Amino acid sequence: MMASHLISDSLVMARRNLAHVRQIPEKLLDVTLQPLMFVLLFAYVFGGVIAIPDGSYREYLIGGVLVQSLGFGIMGPATAIATDLGEGVVDRFRTLPMSRAAYLCGHVMAELAASMLGVTILLLAGLIVGWGIYSDLPHALAGVGLVVLFAFAMVWLGTLLGLVVRSPDSAQGVVFLIVFPMTFLASTFVPLGGLTPVLRTIASWNPISTLAAAVRELFGNPTGMPPDPVWPLRHAVACACGWALLLIAISVPLAIRRFRTRTTG
Amino acid sequence: MVYDNDVRSTKATGVHAEGLGKRFGELWALRNVHLAAPAGTVLGLLGHNGAGKTTALRILTTLAVPTEGRASVAGHDVVTEAARVRERIGVAGQAATVDGLLTARANLEMVGRLYHLSRNDARARATALLERVDLAGDADRLVKTFSGGMRRRLDLAACLVASPPVLFLDEPTTGLDPYSRNQLWELLRDHIRGGATVVLTTQYLEEADRLADEIVVLDHGKVCARGTPSELKARIGGERIVVTMGRRDELSRAHAALDPFLEAPAVEDADQPRLIAPVRAGTRLVEIVRALDGAGIDAVDVQRREVTLDDVFLMLTANSRAAAAAEAA
Repeated sequence: MMASHLISDSLVMARRNLAHVRQIPEKLLDVTLQPLMFVLLFAYVFGGVIAIPDGSYREYLIGGVLVQSLGFGIMGPATAIATDLGEGVVDRFRTLPMSRAAYLCGHVMAELAASMLGVTILLLAGLIVGWGIYSDLPHALAGVGLVVLFAFAMVWLGTLLGLVVRSPDSAQGVVFLIVFPMTFLASTFVPLGGLTPVLRTIASWNPISTLAAAVRELFGNPTGMPPDPVWPLRHAVACACGWALLLIAISVPLAIRRFRTRTTG
Repeated sequence: MVYDNDVRSTKATGVHAEGLGKRFGELWALRNVHLAAPAGTVLGLLGHNGAGKTTALRILTTLAVPTEGRASVAGHDVVTEAARVRERIGVAGQAATVDGLLTARANLEMVGRLYHLSRNDARARATALLERVDLAGDADRLVKTFSGGMRRRLDLAACLVASPPVLFLDEPTTGLDPYSRNQLWELLRDHIRGGATVVLTTQYLEEADRLADEIVVLDHGKVCARGTPSELKARIGGERIVVTMGRRDELSRAHAALDPFLEAPAVEDADQPRLIAPVRAGTRLVEIVRALDGAGIDAVDVQRREVTLDDVFLMLTANSRAAAAAEAA
């Protein structure tokens, strides 16, 4: 009987999150304006001094900013859920005859929608500065699929983080501490060939590099690959999918269990 | 489905709890608590912060699972039939659990939709309730701009959305000014007259006195007294003499001086050097003043007054603490 309400209840929850965005549009800044700034900064300020062996820098850049922006997508769900738990509004939901899973489902739906909005804005900006999709339709669709899959993984990872931290502020701190170095110590903005040997090793094995390479490959953009790429970079698409699925397999059950213990007792 | 201000008819049967206990680590927040609120009655849970009131309410509203014992609400077990319980209860939390980033109307419509009212019914119900809690003029403002009293009224409206037969109110008026408190009491009385069963927790004895049919006094997770407001008052005797002294060290001499007039031991106020003494009927104030003066006590103020629930509370909790201390020793 409760299961039949899962979809409608989740939609009510998702609509609530979207109403929040209407009230504080700056909640979306991290997935909208921030990537645009990186596009402008790297396309016009740093781009001139970065050479890509197999194509133009601007075509190379967008895949990197896209992956970084998805990484920062951890922030939104983490702060949203930490805020809700801090205010006790989840208790109200838990005494209503709504589907048990609807709160988390609606939350994930809304956060995924926000993430997709950010991706769309970023790709449109990319088109304006000279990026494009140069692969065939199946590869392009696979690229979009990979982006959605990774965004989904990041939303759940963010949800888990929001359930573990003490306050929305600490969630922000943790995200910056992890996502910032991870997305810069990778092939996000500069090709791996230009890095010193130690950094190149770290960046080559960084999953963010794998993902950026996979996105670039599927969209038919230059990958800036060094002559002797490590194994994950040679199989970037498969490995990127593997990383995303692994993150989902870990963070979804942990987040659900953590949500139960945080809200029961 | 059409809802109005009368509660849904229900054959069952209020709120019952048997031997309820809840342990957090080593600490029993609640132990061996029996509660009964027959349908259509108001049960008041009275106690200090940390007495176990909120824990009891969280169990009854399916938010927490009891460590031992069991409870039923509107005829359904709170653990094994939690979903059925949730269809029949309305909860107003201590933290006024409404969403600050939605308007008042959007909050109530959301709650209505989650009770699975149709969109139109949810909207109509929200409008009617906003009118009833005197928030119609602020319906489309964001709740985060509301005062404490307005949030509480909205919270109460949210728990009335589906006209549930059983209401749980956790300290519904804590932190409100007297005007807002009266307003909220009026609202509650309206709903109680409609036949709802209500369990409310409060630190305000006046609130329990005014609203509750039966009061259960909790202290350190245990029931230390129960009865109707008048029964509780009767158990504690009729009149009180309140003696306020200049210094705390005069308290023991004051105890001795008052002793011949007392019906039961006097109770010390925790905050100031003051004795609250249950005196035998017919004791004259002047006799008390003379006795105090004779003992050389610098009484700042001596008052006679009727017993209040505060006295009941003070005496019962003092007694149960003394008993606990004796047990421990």
